[in-house]
Amino acid sequence: MGIVINNVVFDYPNGFCAIDDVSINIDRGEKIAIIGQNGAGKTTFVKMMNNLLRPKTGTVVIDDIDLSELTTAQISKKVGYVFQNPGDQLFNRTVYNEIAYNPRYNKLPESKIKELVEDAAALCGLTKYLKNNPYDLPFGIRKFVTIACVIAMGSEYIILDEPTAGQDLIGLKLQGKIITELINRNKTVIIITHDMEFVIDNFERIIVMADKKIVTDSTSHDVFWNFDVLEKASLKQPSISKLGNELGIKDIVTIDEFLEKIK
Amino acid sequence: MNPVLEMKDVHFKYLIGKEKVFDGISLKIYEGEFVAITGKNGSGKTTLCNLLRGFIPHLNQGTLKGDILLRGESIPDMSLGDLADKIGYIFQNPFIQNSGIKDTVYEEIGFGLENLGTPRDIMIKRIEETIKLLKIEDLQDKHPAELSGGQRQRVAIASIIAMNPKVLIIDEPTSQLDPKGTEEIFEIIKMLKEQKKTIILVEHKIDQVAEYADRIIMLNDKKILFDGSTSEILANEEVMKYGTNLPQVAKLGIRYNKEVKKLEKIPTVLKEAVAIFKG
Repeated sequence: MGIVINNVVFDYPNGFCAIDDVSINIDRGEKIAIIGQNGAGKTTFVKMMNNLLRPKTGTVVIDDIDLSELTTAQISKKVGYVFQNPGDQLFNRTVYNEIAYNPRYNKLPESKIKELVEDAAALCGLTKYLKNNPYDLPFGIRKFVTIACVIAMGSEYIILDEPTAGQDLIGLKLQGKIITELINRNKTVIIITHDMEFVIDNFERIIVMADKKIVTDSTSHDVFWNFDVLEKASLKQPSISKLGNELGIKDIVTIDEFLEKIK
Repeated sequence: MNPVLEMKDVHFKYLIGKEKVFDGISLKIYEGEFVAITGKNGSGKTTLCNLLRGFIPHLNQGTLKGDILLRGESIPDMSLGDLADKIGYIFQNPFIQNSGIKDTVYEEIGFGLENLGTPRDIMIKRIEETIKLLKIEDLQDKHPAELSGGQRQRVAIASIIAMNPKVLIIDEPTSQLDPKGTEEIFEIIKMLKEQKKTIILVEHKIDQVAEYADRIIMLNDKKILFDGSTSEILANEEVMKYGTNLPQVAKLGIRYNKEVKKLEKIPTVLKEAVAIFKG
C-alpha cells in the first residue's frame, strides 16, 4: 500500500521537460513535505499522483493500482488535490455547497453529507462561514475551504499545494493541526511549501526538488545543514540555523535545540 | 513636517458586508517612511491599502466616514486617474494586475504610462530605465502570459515603478515566491526605499519585515492595535496572540530572556542576534 513512483518523465506539450526520471515511495499514513524553488517541478510531480498529468514514461502506482489504467475522475476521490490557487477550484455560491459538492456528486444521503460538511468545516475553522460565498472570504480563509473539500470527499491521500502561501500565524497553526488530525485518521499527506519553519515544525520527511529531479529525501537536520543541497535547490537555512552557523552551533533547526545546546 | 498620507477617524463598511471593517482608525505616514501593515487574515490590511489608493470608494462601494488625505487633499474626492501617478499600487495577485492585452513585457511596462498620455520618447526612456533597474532585460521580449509567478510579480512591480510614483502600496508581493525569489523582490523594495519613496507594504514574511520596514502598523478587530517602530513591535510577544508571527531570532530572544538570563534587548534581525549571543 502507498504510492510507488518509478522513473517518471514528464514533458509539457511544448516539449519542455519538467520532470526527469524521478522515483519515490510514500507509505500509507506518512506525511511528507516537498520543497524547492519555483520551477523545480514540484507541482508537475504531484499532479502525476492523481492523473491531472500523466507521465510520458515511468509508472505511478497507488495502493497497487497502476494509474495509467484509470481516468482522472476515477482516481480523484482517492487522491485529493488542493490547488495552489483556490480560484482554480471554487465555483459554488456558499461554503456549505462547495464542501458538499463531491459528497452530493457521489449521491450520499443528505444526512451523511451534512455530517461530512460539518466535520470538515469544524476541522478547518469554517463553521461560522458555511453560508458565506467563498469569494467574499479573505484569500487565506478561502484556502481552508479548498482543504475542507478534500477532507469531506474522504480522500485517502491528500495533496496540498502551497497551503501556507499568504497565511497568517493563526492559519499556519491551524494547518499544522489539520495535518496532525489527518494523520490520526490514517490519511497520507503530501504538501508543497516555501515556509521552512512550517516544514521543520510539522514534518520529519522532506523531499527537496531542484531542476526536474529529487535531490534529497531526508530529515530537516540533513536538509538544512547540507549546504550543497541548499545551494542546488536555492534554499536558505531558517534564521535559527543561520544563527547557529554563525556561532558554531551546528545541526540545529529549532529554537528548542538551540537553547538546549547553549544552556 | 506634514504627513504624506493621513487617516482621521476612518470608519468603513463594504456595501455587501454585515459588519464594519474599520471602526475609527487614524494614522499619519511621512515622506520616505517604510511602513509594514500586519494583522491576521481578514483584519482589513488590503481594505486599508484600497482606501489609501482611492479604489474605495471609487471602485468598491461602501459607507465611509472620516478623512483620508494625500498631502492634505481628500483622496475620495480625487479621481483615480489623478491618483494613478501619485500612488502606485502593486496587487497581491500579479495575474489580476497584468493588463492581459500586451504581447511583450516591454509593452506591459509601458501600459500605465501610455494611459497617462506620456510622450513617446519619455515613455521609452522610463521603460528602459525600469528594465535596467529591475534587471529584467531577459524578460523584456517575452509574452507576459508565459512568465512564471515570480517573473510576473517582478513585471507587475516594473509596470508601477515606470510611472515613478512617490508613494508605493505593495500588497503581499512575495506570497507565491520561493526564498530566492522573495529575496530578489526585497532587493527591489530596498532600492525603492533608498530612492526615498514612501512605502506601505503588506507582508506575512516577518523576517523581511524585520529587516526592511521602519515601522509597523498592526490591525486587529476593526482598529489599529499597535503602531510603532519595527524593532519595538517585533520584540513584543503579545503580537503573536493577534496572528502576526515574530522573527525566529525574536522568539529565541524572548525564550532566552525567560529561561536562561535577562537580555537588554530582544533581537529582531539575525545580525543583532549574532552580536548578542556571541557575547
